[in-house]
Amino acid sequence: MLLGKLSLAALPDQPIIIGAACFMALAALTVILALFYFKRWTWLWKEWIVSVDHKKIGIMYIIAALVMLFRGFADAMMMRSQLALSYGASHGYLPPEHYDQVFSAHGVIMIFFMAMPLMFGLLNLVVPLQIGARDVAFPFLNSLSFWLFVVGAVLVNVSLVVGEFARTGWLAYPPLSELAYSPDVGVDYYIWSLQISGIGTLMSGINFFVTIIKMRCPGMSLMKMPIFTWTALCSMILVIIAFPILTVTLGMLFLDRYMGMHFFTADFGGNAMMYVNLIWSWGHPEVYILILPAFGIFSEVVPTFSHKKLFGYETMVWATGVITILSFLVWLHHFFTMGAGGNVNAFFGIATMIISIPTGVKIFNWLFTMYRGRITFTTPMYWTMGFLITFVIGGMTGVLLSVPGADFELHNSLFLIAHFHNTIIGGVVFGYFAGFVYWFPKAMGFKLNEKIGKVVFWCWLIGFYVAFFPLYVLGLMGMTRRLNHYDVAAWHPWLIVAFIGACIVLFGIASQVLQLLVSIKQQDKDITGDPWNGRTLEWSIASPPPFYNFAIVPTVETRDAYWETKQKNLHSGATSVKPKYEDIHMPKNTGMGFIIAAFTFLFGFSMIWDITWLAIGAGAGAIISVIVRSYNYNIDYYVPAAEVERIETEISNRKLS
Amino acid sequence: MTMMTETINTHAHGHDGHHDADEKAVFGFWVYIMSDCILFATIFAVFAVLHNNTFGGPSAKDLFDMRFVLTETFILLTSSFTYGLAMLGAHKGSKAQVMGWLIITFILGAAFIGMELTEFSHMVHEGHSWQRSAFLSSFFTLVGTHGLHVATGLLWMLMLMVQVSIHGITSLTTRKLTCLSLFWHFLDIVWICVFTIVYLMGVM
Repeated sequence: MLLGKLSLAALPDQPIIIGAACFMALAALTVILALFYFKRWTWLWKEWIVSVDHKKIGIMYIIAALVMLFRGFADAMMMRSQLALSYGASHGYLPPEHYDQVFSAHGVIMIFFMAMPLMFGLLNLVVPLQIGARDVAFPFLNSLSFWLFVVGAVLVNVSLVVGEFARTGWLAYPPLSELAYSPDVGVDYYIWSLQISGIGTLMSGINFFVTIIKMRCPGMSLMKMPIFTWTALCSMILVIIAFPILTVTLGMLFLDRYMGMHFFTADFGGNAMMYVNLIWSWGHPEVYILILPAFGIFSEVVPTFSHKKLFGYETMVWATGVITILSFLVWLHHFFTMGAGGNVNAFFGIATMIISIPTGVKIFNWLFTMYRGRITFTTPMYWTMGFLITFVIGGMTGVLLSVPGADFELHNSLFLIAHFHNTIIGGVVFGYFAGFVYWFPKAMGFKLNEKIGKVVFWCWLIGFYVAFFPLYVLGLMGMTRRLNHYDVAAWHPWLIVAFIGACIVLFGIASQVLQLLVSIKQQDKDITGDPWNGRTLEWSIASPPPFYNFAIVPTVETRDAYWETKQKNLHSGATSVKPKYEDIHMPKNTGMGFIIAAFTFLFGFSMIWDITWLAIGAGAGAIISVIVRSYNYNIDYYVPAAEVERIETEISNRKLS
Repeated sequence: MTMMTETINTHAHGHDGHHDADEKAVFGFWVYIMSDCILFATIFAVFAVLHNNTFGGPSAKDLFDMRFVLTETFILLTSSFTYGLAMLGAHKGSKAQVMGWLIITFILGAAFIGMELTEFSHMVHEGHSWQRSAFLSSFFTLVGTHGLHVATGLLWMLMLMVQVSIHGITSLTTRKLTCLSLFWHFLDIVWICVFTIVYLMGVM
């Protein structure tokens, strides 16, 4: 009773899960021992956990995203190997109840705990620097958002060992996800990990929206903002509008399961299709939340490495805006088969096709930027070109699916799986990797190894095509998604090819780890702060930037402000007027974000397992922590001008030596 | 970092930075309210879909006592007015006026919550709980979510009263009072929608 539904039976008994649990425990133990051995606990607490510096929070987001990429990819490898084996008499090595958890966890992790944190990591690192700001609008909230995301990610991983994860697919459609058909804690893990990290996401959305609207440096009007900041702004607008819908939807599923309500149940007047409508009213904007910043990254990478200004800046902004609006008008294309009628389906089919117009505008803008440019073929540029081809193919299969008649054939088949991986890997993942390589030297002060970077690119590109193009074929052959076993001989060779493709991607990910290690060892130092001959403000300061970013807040007159300054200095000869520094107003670090998140973790865990006393205690703890924080009026300080001068002199001495 | 001296609230910096921070905070809170609008809009949409799904149970006509709900409504609307008077006090810099009107607002808010809980417990005792039908699930969730917001507002108001009594009317306490003011009036507007769509249209 004291532990609710939790008992020793919740611990794993299957060898694969026990193995994974041991591996996670071993990894955690290694990190803990290393921290003791190198005496880094205080360092970890003081420099990272309590930090409200957007750059450090960004780095932590990205590290967490990469760790979750390994977890999500391990799930992918299990699925592909299971399907390569599980034909005819052989049933592979994953029983259905485990396989169902694997594909559900794969989707949840890749979207919420890999792509989203990678996006917020890049936004944190780059947006304040691009707009000439010293931090985000609400630095403490930023730290809290990050730690709430960590709570969600940890809950998903805990579910691997203690209890089980949902077996419902990544969107947990009812009635399957209702208590009657999913009585165990899997769906509860799903609900609470997404609710908690979702609140963090919503707060980040507001935070960055206010940052971009209110904190741009003097002279930077909206139409002078870098495109990455523009796409971040639109993406955050989508977060602010879409995430409350997710909160409500998951909240209602929770009320159905916990309070015996009847929102989505099969009886008592519940309406399961309403869940599907609601979840996709969030879910479709969600994919644009992810892809828009990727578009922004390409819009920074292409001009930089073509040594030309971006072609069609204004149309790029308008296209982004149009996509932002249209993203709310297409959700029904995820379930044409619901039977909403011909007219409704036609409306949503046409709305879906229309989205390809602004997207096409963007593609042509990038191509025309490259046209007659002096292109340097760096890794970010490789990712961009891989994206252009792959994403266009993915977009075209999307247009095929947007025809309701065709969709009735292809719905829930592997054709759909191939399509959305084509756009998410070819668009979001390639884009974020381009951004990762592009801004890595800004964050760390040294570049990533280019040679290994290109190996990584080719493995991902070829691996992607080999893994997913067979899925298009299989979809047309009639293979549906989420199958654990099949008897069709014709499918088998294609699934083996797909498995080989996944192995190639695996090699790419291994190379990424190698690339990181080699680059850290080589320390190809960037002392200029501008390793790529960049165009926007983030390249005008040191790498890594001092904690206050800009010693003197820049004033901007044009787009590509830093590029213009460089051109002017080139013509007039560099001006070296000694700048006059002023005191800088900065937020104080605080561990409150971490503490509130820790209580929230306990709350989420005890809600999952029905440990009432702990849920009440931890919930009260979280609320009291928020109140304690609100009573603290001593949250900022000033960096004296002399200290700024000392740091800036040190930076310029580094450049000279 | 260690070499830095802390010069908090030095007069030279004071006003400019804080004015900026006030503006950002109020704007940020306004954006939060917009997202909360979406949250309520979603629950309203769900209620609109489910309001006829009574599954043989009672419908809105059978359940609501309109005189009771009208009293509730006037209490909440009045509390919005008294909060406005508290804000006028804040702009005059009168701590006593702020505290006085906040206490009255708090009492009115608490009365509203008390009446709502009475209505809920009455319905549950009659056997018309949220488990009875999809209509009742959506009714309790919509009205309950609003009530939860009001309760949060009350807790926040209590905390602010303590802060005002400690720090007096400063730029920071005024900022906090302004955010709660936005929240409180917003909940009034939501209640007007609840009153119209759930109760008035329900018994029509």
